[in-house]
Amino acid sequence: MTNEKHVLSILVDNQPGVLSRISGLFSGRGYNIESLCVAETTDPNISRLTVVTKANQPLVEQIKKQLNKLINIIKVHELTGSKYVHRELALIKVNAKTENRAEILRIVDIFRGKIVDVGPDHYTIEVTGDEGKMEAILTLLRPIGIKEIARTGTIALFRDSK
Amino acid sequence: MKINGTQILMKALQEEGVDVIFGYPGGAVIDIYDELVKTDIRHILVRHEQGAVHAADGYARASGKVGVCLVTSGPGATNTVTGIASAYMDSIPLVVITGQVPSALIGNDAFQEVDIVGITRPCTKHNYLVQNVEDLGRIIKEAFYIARSGRPGPVLVDIPKDVGKALAAYKVPKEIKLKSYNPTYNPNLRQLKKVTDLIKTARRPMIFAGGGVVLSKSHMELRELARKAQIPVTTSLMGLGAFPATDPLWLGMIGMHGTYRSNMATAACDLMIAIGVRFDDRVTGRTDTFAAQAQIVHIDIDPTSIRKNIPVSVPVVGDCKITLSQLNELLADTDMGDLKAKRSGWLHQIEGWKNAARLSYEQDDKIIKPQFVVQKLNELTQGKAIICTEVGQNQMWAAQYCQIEEPGHFITSGGLGVMGFGLPAAIGAQMARPDKLVVDVAGDGSIQMNIQEMATAVQYCLPVKIVILNNGYLGMVRQWQELFYEKRYACTCMEHAPDFVRLAEAYGAVGLRAEKPDEVEKVLREGLAVKGPVIMDFVVAKEECVYPMVPAGAAITEMLLV
Ligand SMILES: Cc1ncc(C[n+]2csc(CCOP(=O)(O)OP(=O)(O)O)c2C)c(N)n1
Ligand SMILES: [Mg+2]
Repeated sequence: MTNEKHVLSILVDNQPGVLSRISGLFSGRGYNIESLCVAETTDPNISRLTVVTKANQPLVEQIKKQLNKLINIIKVHELTGSKYVHRELALIKVNAKTENRAEILRIVDIFRGKIVDVGPDHYTIEVTGDEGKMEAILTLLRPIGIKEIARTGTIALFRDSK
Repeated sequence: MKINGTQILMKALQEEGVDVIFGYPGGAVIDIYDELVKTDIRHILVRHEQGAVHAADGYARASGKVGVCLVTSGPGATNTVTGIASAYMDSIPLVVITGQVPSALIGNDAFQEVDIVGITRPCTKHNYLVQNVEDLGRIIKEAFYIARSGRPGPVLVDIPKDVGKALAAYKVPKEIKLKSYNPTYNPNLRQLKKVTDLIKTARRPMIFAGGGVVLSKSHMELRELARKAQIPVTTSLMGLGAFPATDPLWLGMIGMHGTYRSNMATAACDLMIAIGVRFDDRVTGRTDTFAAQAQIVHIDIDPTSIRKNIPVSVPVVGDCKITLSQLNELLADTDMGDLKAKRSGWLHQIEGWKNAARLSYEQDDKIIKPQFVVQKLNELTQGKAIICTEVGQNQMWAAQYCQIEEPGHFITSGGLGVMGFGLPAAIGAQMARPDKLVVDVAGDGSIQMNIQEMATAVQYCLPVKIVILNNGYLGMVRQWQELFYEKRYACTCMEHAPDFVRLAEAYGAVGLRAEKPDEVEKVLREGLAVKGPVIMDFVVAKEECVYPMVPAGAAITEMLLV
C-alpha cells in the first residue's frame, strides 16, 4: 500500500494543551506530520488545525479514529481530493543582482506573487497557492539563488460550505 | 454561598458516590486532606503512591465503580505514572487527583513542581489542570463521567494549591454533555444482521471475548449467545471470568500461553466473533496467520481498536452489553436449524485437541511444582476467590490453572504487565469486597516491588492472602533466556531474597512456608483460614517453564508444548 498525502482538517476546543495532545498523538504513535497550521475559527472557542500527513489508507483511517478519540477534538474531516481548496503561503528571499532582477519580477508576475521587501542584493517574494504552484515557483527560483524560505504549510476548506 | 476549593472537591466527590480514596499526603494537598478527614469518605493510607493507583485499580475492577486516588505534587504525582499507564492499557476507570504548586509558581521550577498533566497526557483518557476554582466542580464531574463512560480509563485532575483555598459557589452541571465526546453505544443494526447471517452459516465458529465484556458486565449476554448458538469461547487474559471455565464450551485462554485447543481452533475457525478485545500481539502472534481462514466480526466500543492490528470483515462499534443483547434478540427470531448437529463435527475436533495436549506438569514428591500450588489453590477456593496476580510466570500459571467463573474475579495488569501490581490491587479488591477471599498469586521478584503495602494491609485489617511461587528467579525472563538465549541467565537470578515468613511477621502479618510437595495443601489451608493478611512462601522448582508457549512473533499454532 502506498503512502499518500492526506489533508486533515480538525476542529478542536480552543484550550491550552490541545495542540500538544495532537502532536503527542502523532509522535507517540509514530505518525508523520508534513505540516501543521492552527488558528481560531469564527467561533473563538474553536480552533481549526490543518495537518498534512503521509500514510497509507488503513493508517490514515486509524489516525482519524485516534484523533476523534481525543476528548477535546470536535470533528475531523479529511480534505483530500478535488472537492476542497487548499492553499499555502510562502515568503521566499532570493538573490537579486541587477542582471536577474527583471527575470525575478517576471516569475513573480506569472505566479501572481508580490515583492514585499527589497534590499541591495535581495528580494523577498510573497506567494500563495497549492502545493503544485509552490513547487513550480521554487523550481524556477532555485537557479537564481534562494537565500531563505518560510512556508505556512497547507490550509484547506471544502468548496461547498460544510 | 461561597465555599473553598477543597470543600467543593469533597462535595463533588461525594456526589459521585465516592466512599474510599487511596492516597498519600504532602504539602500541595495538605488543605485537601484537612478537609477530607471531615467527611465520611474513607482514606486508605498506602505506603507508596504507585500502590495507591494499583489499589484503586483493584477496587474499580472488584466493585465496578470508579477508583479514586489522591497524591501530592512532584514526586507524589510521578509515582502514580506506572499505575495510571497500567489502568490506561487495561481500560480501568480511575480518577487520580494530584496536588500542584500554587498557580503563581507554575512554570518556575518551584519546589515539588512537575508538569504531571504533560507527563500523563499519553497514558490518561483525559486530564485537567484546574486553573480556576469556578471550574473545579464541573471538572470533577466531567472526570468521573469520562473515566466511566465509553471505553473506560484513568482521568487525572491536577489542582494547584491556591485553587483549593479560593472561594466560589458550588455549581456543577446537572448532566455532562461534551460536544467533542460522544461514545457510540448502540450498534448498527445492518451490521448485526450480517453477524446473525454469519452465525447461521458458519461451520466452525468461535467467540473470542476480552476485557470489554468484563468491563461492560455483558458476561450473561455472552453466555446466552454462546450457549444458544453453540459457539465455543476463548478469552484473552483480561477476559478471564467473562465465560465460566467449567463450561463445556470453554476453550481456555488464547495467545502466547493459551491452551493448545484455543490456539488450534483460532487457526481453524471459519468465523471468529471478537468481543471487547484489541488483538494485542501477545494474543495474535504473527498477525498475517491469525485466524486466517475466518471471517472476523469485531464488536468494540472503541473504533480505534477495530482494524488497528487485524483486518476485520464485519466491524461493529457499540457497547458490548447492548450489542450482545440485541444480537441475542435477533438470533431468537432466527431459525438456526439443528445447531447441535451442525456444530458436532467442530466441537468434536476441539475435544480432540483438548485431549491431545492438556495443560500438564509432573509433580514428584521432592520439589514443589509451581503449577501444583496454583492447582491446589484453585481446588480449595473453587472459583469463589478473587485472584489477583503479579507479573511473570506466576501470572500465567494463575491464568492457566485458576478456573475463573465470574468477571471481576481475575485481576491482573494485562496490557502493561506491571510487576508489583498484585498486592496493592488485592488490597483495593478487598476494600471493595470485604466478604470475599482475595488472593495475590505472586512471584518472588514481583512481590518485592510493592512489598511495603503489607503495612497497609495490616493497618486496615485487610486479610489478603499472598501466595509466592518462589523460584529464586525472575522466572519469565529466565524462561526466555532458557528457550531463546541458550540458557544465558543474564541477571535474572535473585541471589538474595528476604525471608518472606519473617518479613510477614515483621509487618505484623502471618508468614508460612512450604518446601515439600506434601506441605502445600496444609500451608494453603492454614493460610487461607487466617483472619488477617498472610504471606505463604512456596519454595518451588527453580527452572520450570510456562507451556504452551508461542514464541514472540510466531504463528499462534507454532506452540512449544512441554
Ligand atoms: C516493573 C517491571 N519490571 C520488569 C518487568 C519485566 N519482567 C516481566 S516478568 C519478570 C520476572 C518476574 O519475576 P517474578 O516476580 O519472580 O515472577 P516469576 O516469573 O518468577 O513467576 C520481569 C523482570 C516487568 N514486567 N515489570
Ligand atoms: Mg520468580
